[in-house]
Amino acid sequence: MTLHPDLAITFSPLHRLQWEEAQQKYIILYPEGMVELNQSSAEILKCCNGERNVQHIIDELETKFATSGLAKDITAFLNVALENSWIQQKVD
Amino acid sequence: MTTLITPPRWLLAELTYACPLQCPYCSNPLDYANYKNELATDDWLRVLTQARQMGAVQLGFSGGEPLLRNDLTELVAHAKVLGYYSNLITSGYGLTEEKITQLKNAGLDHIQVSMQASSQELNDYLAGTSSFEDKKQVARWVKKQGYPMVLCVVLHRENIHQMADILAMAEELGADYLELANTQYYGWAHLNRDLLLPTKAQFIQAEALAQAFKEKVAGKMKVYYVVPDFYEDRPKACMNGWGTTFLTIAPDGVALPCHSARQLPGLECPNVKDFSIEAIWKESKAFNFFRGDEWMQEPCRSCDEKGKDFGGCHCQAYLLTGDMHQADPVCSKSPHHGVIQQAIDAAHNASRTEQPLVFRNSKNARLLSN
Ligand code: SF4
Ligand code: SF4
Repeated sequence: MTLHPDLAITFSPLHRLQWEEAQQKYIILYPEGMVELNQSSAEILKCCNGERNVQHIIDELETKFATSGLAKDITAFLNVALENSWIQQKVD
Repeated sequence: MTTLITPPRWLLAELTYACPLQCPYCSNPLDYANYKNELATDDWLRVLTQARQMGAVQLGFSGGEPLLRNDLTELVAHAKVLGYYSNLITSGYGLTEEKITQLKNAGLDHIQVSMQASSQELNDYLAGTSSFEDKKQVARWVKKQGYPMVLCVVLHRENIHQMADILAMAEELGADYLELANTQYYGWAHLNRDLLLPTKAQFIQAEALAQAFKEKVAGKMKVYYVVPDFYEDRPKACMNGWGTTFLTIAPDGVALPCHSARQLPGLECPNVKDFSIEAIWKESKAFNFFRGDEWMQEPCRSCDEKGKDFGGCHCQAYLLTGDMHQADPVCSKSPHHGVIQQAIDAAHNASRTEQPLVFRNSKNARLLSN
């Protein structure tokens, strides 16, 4: 499974992304498990709304944090997320 | 030195010990019939609120059969409001499509259905109830309603030869997660161990099939394979460390650091009717008993792996050596490691004709506690 550059990315409906007050962290919840996220990973996943592709997400975050050069890190993380089924890409 | 206390993350709510099935590997205590005083709805609502405030987020409704509690939907709805990720751990027996919808609307996140085997005959024999087709139907409904479908099969000598068919069944039912759990020998499984423990050859064959399947379905189905620790030379890291992550509440309100801790002597496990979850988690004797490594004897005390497995399972040490402060005898460094081979040999020599399986039901529970 590899990340397709043009397809929109959706956070998996079989997982849940949630802010945890007690931990002051975002976590991903799924059957029998959970993963704690650092801030940048959480920001990336929050962008996976089913409308943006990889480049849109990079643009969005570079604008939001008034920075550049995020492409490599974001792409790497999205690949990890796809491998773990946290995100999906659908051809319709 | 005091050990840093981390907040609980997983709450297992054992709503009732009642169950329409009679699995001979059930992990409920042998004397479950003695705990008739189930918590009231208000108690459970309070427990859910308090544990969530402390940081618990994964929530399992279990039992026995949690469907037998008629306040289940109310508890699920409360869990939803609190932000838990909730799981119904059920035999599926008696679950209707209407109830599955009702629970979904109340906010349940997923359902774990257990199957006893891949054939009707064996499933119904092990469950002590004719339930095979019903359970498969339930699995299909769960899937249809958009829940992640978690199929669970407990493995032992009676069904491990069906591994290939079990995997095919998981595929056919469209499981999103498959939990293949080799039996852990507590409760009724401990009692029936001679007849349940597979041989090493059986286990190796089954594991090879499961691992190949895991690769085949990668990306489509997630397979969790729980190894049978009797064939390992290091114990499992029980509960991720005592009092670090897991909190179990038994049907009568007793708070347990692990679901079989009830049998350990002298722990004085506290009841949620008397104490808050915070007091139980932080201050009770039971939850502090094996926290950190102060309690350890040799060989664990000076072992460089103690940060990995925390000395293994105390319940197993207690069941197999009579002393819960020992290293888990599964560990090859344990002076009691020989009991594991003895158990394997005893299982090898046992036959069902001389010594039948003892099914988990209240008649047997009564006989055993007299
Ligand atoms: S293991 Fe079997 S008997 Fe025990 S609670 Fe589960 S379904 Fe009931
Ligand atoms: S000696 Fe104790 S701590 Fe070391 S590996 Fe064995 S069980 Fe674990």
